Amino acid sequence: MNIQDKTREALSTLFADMPSPEPETDDGEEGEEKPEIRGNGILEQDYHAKGFHLDVQLEPNQLIEAVRIIYDLGYYLESITGVDWIKEEQLEVVYDFSRYDFDLCRTVVRTRIPRTEPHLPTITPIYTGASWHERETHDFFGIVFDGHPHLVPLLLPEDADFHPLLKDFKA
Amino acid sequence: MTEPITLQQDETFVLNVGPQHPATHGVLRVKMTMDGEYIYNAETVLGYIHRMHEKMAENRTYPQYMPNMGRLDYLSAMSFNHGYALVVERACNIEVPERAEYIRVITVELNRIASHLVWLGAYVLDLGGFTPLMYCFDDREQILDLLEAVTGSRLTYCYFRFGGLYNDIDDDFITGTRAFITHFRKELKMYAKLVTGNVILMKRLKGHGPVDQNMCQRYGATGPVARGSGINYDVRRNEPYSVYPDFDFEVPVFTEGDSYARYLVRMEEMEQSLRIIEQALDKLPDGPINPKKKPKLIKPPPGDYFAAVETARGNFGIRMVSDGGKNAYRMKLRSPTYSNMHLFDEACRGMLIADALAFMGSLDLVIPEMDR
Repeated sequence: MNIQDKTREALSTLFADMPSPEPETDDGEEGEEKPEIRGNGILEQDYHAKGFHLDVQLEPNQLIEAVRIIYDLGYYLESITGVDWIKEEQLEVVYDFSRYDFDLCRTVVRTRIPRTEPHLPTITPIYTGASWHERETHDFFGIVFDGHPHLVPLLLPEDADFHPLLKDFKA
Repeated sequence: MTEPITLQQDETFVLNVGPQHPATHGVLRVKMTMDGEYIYNAETVLGYIHRMHEKMAENRTYPQYMPNMGRLDYLSAMSFNHGYALVVERACNIEVPERAEYIRVITVELNRIASHLVWLGAYVLDLGGFTPLMYCFDDREQILDLLEAVTGSRLTYCYFRFGGLYNDIDDDFITGTRAFITHFRKELKMYAKLVTGNVILMKRLKGHGPVDQNMCQRYGATGPVARGSGINYDVRRNEPYSVYPDFDFEVPVFTEGDSYARYLVRMEEMEQSLRIIEQALDKLPDGPINPKKKPKLIKPPPGDYFAAVETARGNFGIRMVSDGGKNAYRMKLRSPTYSNMHLFDEACRGMLIADALAFMGSLDLVIPEMDR
């Protein structure tokens, strides 16, 4: 069994009591309209079109469990970042994972939190290197990673109280 | 070897390395809590040259953002150009002509050698040897001259275009590059004699700065840092892009996980880059360097896209979120030294400060790329 199937299977235990989502059609013909917010679940993406293989969307409370599974399968943490979906009043946090071996499988884990109350559990106990990524995401989006050992500004000045990557940020 | 010692928390003092310290090669600050000569705890402080490149992406059109790539990593700007070109080409489905792909590989590999040469010179300088720096900069100068003739700039290249290149290479470049390869092979032998086999260098590096595979996984270290710890990971091989599968080259891997292993990886990589350039020049096809069909206005369809390349320092990834407009909705730049440097805080605990600085140099830091 290749690693993509293995990862999908391991992660699908998180969505055991949910119907699997319809696979996305790969022709983006919908045009001007924003695509609908997708439901939770695992999507297999076309690597050549998107650049990653597995695309997992989950609830914030499933995050730690999913990251634990991914860590145990030997993935390394590539980056953590946010996206501000201001029209939907949501912030998306995206975790990128990749592998050191030749079983290429880029896995993306994403979760959405309300803009008014941006809280997520930290994954630093699993991936120590998430520390800087989370601090950076905190700098830019104001997302609070609960349980982070040292959530102070990393790239912004130490007294920064603004979050420049929020879409309603005015310089 | 550093003797294992018991560190006393109550007898420590704070030592600031940087932000203006020659060993950090830029404005990086490491707040070290010292117990005598030994490091009890270290905290890296970033952000002294943070310029918010990711926000700039949201205010500029896609072609306007290309020059920013050269300002991230001033030593291997060409690979950063490549990463950005790849992600936009992937999103807009732009075909790249074969000649352009070959020229991309040639210039990226030349730039990789130039980057490693700066590292080698500066690293040995950190360790107290002044002379190699002069030789390294002499060789690097030749690469910069070659690249300047085709790209128009010496460091902060903006040479790639979506689907192609700004300028074709000419015969002068080809003969110049071939002459450089012959010349540089001799130089590499000289470096091996002058630096690699040096007893003092070995004593400073062997067994110091241990980075194991688990640490690499937890921090996401890539590039020579991972390959010096026995991880056979090179994006050019693991996730082939461009025309890299056409070339016969090896990915040097050393298992020791110390500063010397990382040193050897980079020395070996320069040789492999020469091999790639040689093969690319032999196979260089004729044809156009820009695609015939290319959208006038770059507007990627909505969605998110990812692309990764191997720069001189490791895996550079771009996550681009498009909403179908002229500007990117979100552009995340995942730079390699950001993750590579992060493990320094953990790995340097209990080390002598002199060894820790030798370790820091072996990570090959470029600060603008970390701070972005």
